[in-house]
Amino acid sequence: MNSRTARPPSIAWRLALAITLILAAGGLLITVAAYAYGRQAAGEAYDRLLAGAAFEIARSVSVTSGRVVVDLPTSAFELLALAPKDRVVYRVLDRDGKTVTGYDAVPRPPQSADDVVFYAAEFGGETVRLAATRRRFAERAYSGEVGIVVGHTTRARKALARDITAKALMILVAAGLAMVALTVFAVRSSLRPLGRIERAILDRNPKDLSPLHVSSPREIETIVVAINRFMDRLARRVTVMQTLIADATHQLRTPIAALRAQAELAAAEENPERLRSITRRIHQRTVGLSRLADQLLNQALIIHRADAVEQQRLDLRAIAVRVAEETDHDLPEMGRDLGLDLPDDPVEVRGDAFSLVEAAKNLVNNAFRHGERPVCLTVETLAGEGRAEIAVTDNGAGVPTCHWADSGRRFASTAGSSARDAGLGLAIVNAVAEAHASRLEFSRTADGRFRAALRLPLQRDAGS
Amino acid sequence: MKLCSRVILTYLALAFATSGALAQDEIVTLGPPWNEAGERLLIQGSTDVEPFTPVLKAFSARVPNLAIRYEEILTNELYERAMRACHDGEASADLVISSAIDLQVKLVNDRCAQPHVSDRTEALPDWANWRDEMFGITFEPAVIVYNRDRVPPEQVPRSRFDLIDMVRPAENPYAGRIATYDIEQSGLGYLFAFVDSQHATTFGRLIEALARNRMVATCCSAEIIDGVAEGRYLLAYNMLGSYALARAEVDPRIGVVAPADYTLVLARAALIPRWAENPEPAKRFINFLLSEEGRLQLAEASLIVSFGSSEDGGSSLLSGGPSTLHPIPFSPALLVGLDRQKREIFLDLWRSSVGGIQE
Repeated sequence: MNSRTARPPSIAWRLALAITLILAAGGLLITVAAYAYGRQAAGEAYDRLLAGAAFEIARSVSVTSGRVVVDLPTSAFELLALAPKDRVVYRVLDRDGKTVTGYDAVPRPPQSADDVVFYAAEFGGETVRLAATRRRFAERAYSGEVGIVVGHTTRARKALARDITAKALMILVAAGLAMVALTVFAVRSSLRPLGRIERAILDRNPKDLSPLHVSSPREIETIVVAINRFMDRLARRVTVMQTLIADATHQLRTPIAALRAQAELAAAEENPERLRSITRRIHQRTVGLSRLADQLLNQALIIHRADAVEQQRLDLRAIAVRVAEETDHDLPEMGRDLGLDLPDDPVEVRGDAFSLVEAAKNLVNNAFRHGERPVCLTVETLAGEGRAEIAVTDNGAGVPTCHWADSGRRFASTAGSSARDAGLGLAIVNAVAEAHASRLEFSRTADGRFRAALRLPLQRDAGS
Repeated sequence: MKLCSRVILTYLALAFATSGALAQDEIVTLGPPWNEAGERLLIQGSTDVEPFTPVLKAFSARVPNLAIRYEEILTNELYERAMRACHDGEASADLVISSAIDLQVKLVNDRCAQPHVSDRTEALPDWANWRDEMFGITFEPAVIVYNRDRVPPEQVPRSRFDLIDMVRPAENPYAGRIATYDIEQSGLGYLFAFVDSQHATTFGRLIEALARNRMVATCCSAEIIDGVAEGRYLLAYNMLGSYALARAEVDPRIGVVAPADYTLVLARAALIPRWAENPEPAKRFINFLLSEEGRLQLAEASLIVSFGSSEDGGSSLLSGGPSTLHPIPFSPALLVGLDRQKREIFLDLWRSSVGGIQE
């Protein structure tokens, strides 16, 4: 029940919210801008009207026997009547500032050199917009300017400004609706591949862990890739598990059978002398079996870690020191003979310390068990190749050259090499090498010593 | 009709015929006594009491509790009172109805009216509604009136061109027997003449032709129409159709023609003064005048003239189609005629052609 109330957020809703916010903010901005523009446009349009009327009246002014005469043209007022609901004011002034005709109360224009001046004033309790122009007379009887002022109230301007704004807003609303519709369409069509992926996963056989093949856009391709990577890991894990079980079964069956035979033999044996020798053999077998079990479990653990544990920056020298310590602890009779050859500077790589220690220990064990002493653990920086190396050398014959290539494979040891249980150990080393983007390499040193090395990529910004 | 008993014609001295311009203030009160504290409506108008009373009665019948007083006042006086009251911030009338629409425009332009918006006012055409403050309530053409006995039917001028042609011969029976308003005295005559001069180039030719024939410019609709009926004048130009048609209904000697080239149409304008005491009843009355019933009443009073063949009886008929009707729009352009200098110039022009021949 709870899960229903706390449903995860929906992309569509988020987009709807975002678009609503954008549209609201944009709408507000555009409304303000449209109104400002509308007012300006309306103002300019009606100012031109006023100027036209003023010019027409100016043209009708004449001077007759020293007197200014205005033959007011009706057309000028018809022009003003294009602002149909506005009151009209006008005034003609002679050079002395006396009213020739019109409303005495119309305020005089401000001083200006322009042909026509626009100004606002209060007239009869209402704001009026006025245009003033002048006409110069240079006649014997009258020399000077006649001023013409025409104005009207601002109803038509405001109405036009509102009209322009309203139309702009209508377009805005239409655009907004179109945007919403397009968004809905875009969201639906872009989420459709997710549906296809869902169906592809649901439709497949539960045992089928092969990669998905779903056509999808680039953005969603990453999801498919992630799913495929995950499936790949899953498939590998399953395979590893199956292999591990198969290995364990195979490797444990023979020693356990031998142990059982020895135990049966011991049960039937009367002679205490022989019984003791059988018991000693049983003990040896048991020790071998326990090491085998250890290795199997270690391998499983390391393979698990390769997939699951995040690699960290570490110093290979520290790994080598830990290997030496643990060897000393596990194999006290050999540990003292392990030579360590470490550089002075840190050798930084990325990796999983536990896996690397296990791998190196396996190499050391193999060397002690199958090679000849002195065994030496070396850490080296190969700056030229951008790699670092942790290597074990011994004096033994080592892995026969013909097995160098396939030595990492499981059971390779059973193929008859002298190193009976080295196979499983090398398989672990190989698994670790794989997890660290490196490989196990065998070689002979210049003085003929056998050398097994793990080459890891150097941490790029090492030393910084 | 019981309400009619309450109608008091305070002062109805003269017959309709002579009431045109000379009459003193005539007053009609309807509804409850005027002095009683209650809803009141004071209307001042230039329309004659007699034709307007039935309209007022019809309204009064709808609002029996409203005391209505109608005062008939000449247009100039009406304007001056309204303007004075407006400037002093005093209440004069609640409603002013005048045929001098130029003066009404001036009142509105000087912010002396208040707005009124209703379904009815919005239904008015643009030319009959300015700023929602001034409403055209009648439809009265400017017509040519002639004497049916003296002017043979085939000579009756149908247009201004006919009129010009008619008086062209040097010796013609119309010389000195064509009358029109003296525009210096009659505001309405001035308005018609001024709008005529704006309308057509014919105006100059017409004035010239009429002046050559010693046109008589004199005062007042009633006197001129009397003169036409009696045969002193054969023809009168630019008469207000409502008077002429009302007279023609009762006097067979009078003929009326709406000029076919164009017919000016005047709508009396009603406005509510800015400081009116009772604007609400005034608004109601305007709505009534613009309603179906109000228009029917105005048509009965010949204040709304129909043209062409019309089915709704009662309205006066004139020939002519809407295409030749030129209603005078309520617009600030009418202020031009009121401009002191413009008026002087126009009157000079008029005098120079007609002035010398006044009787």
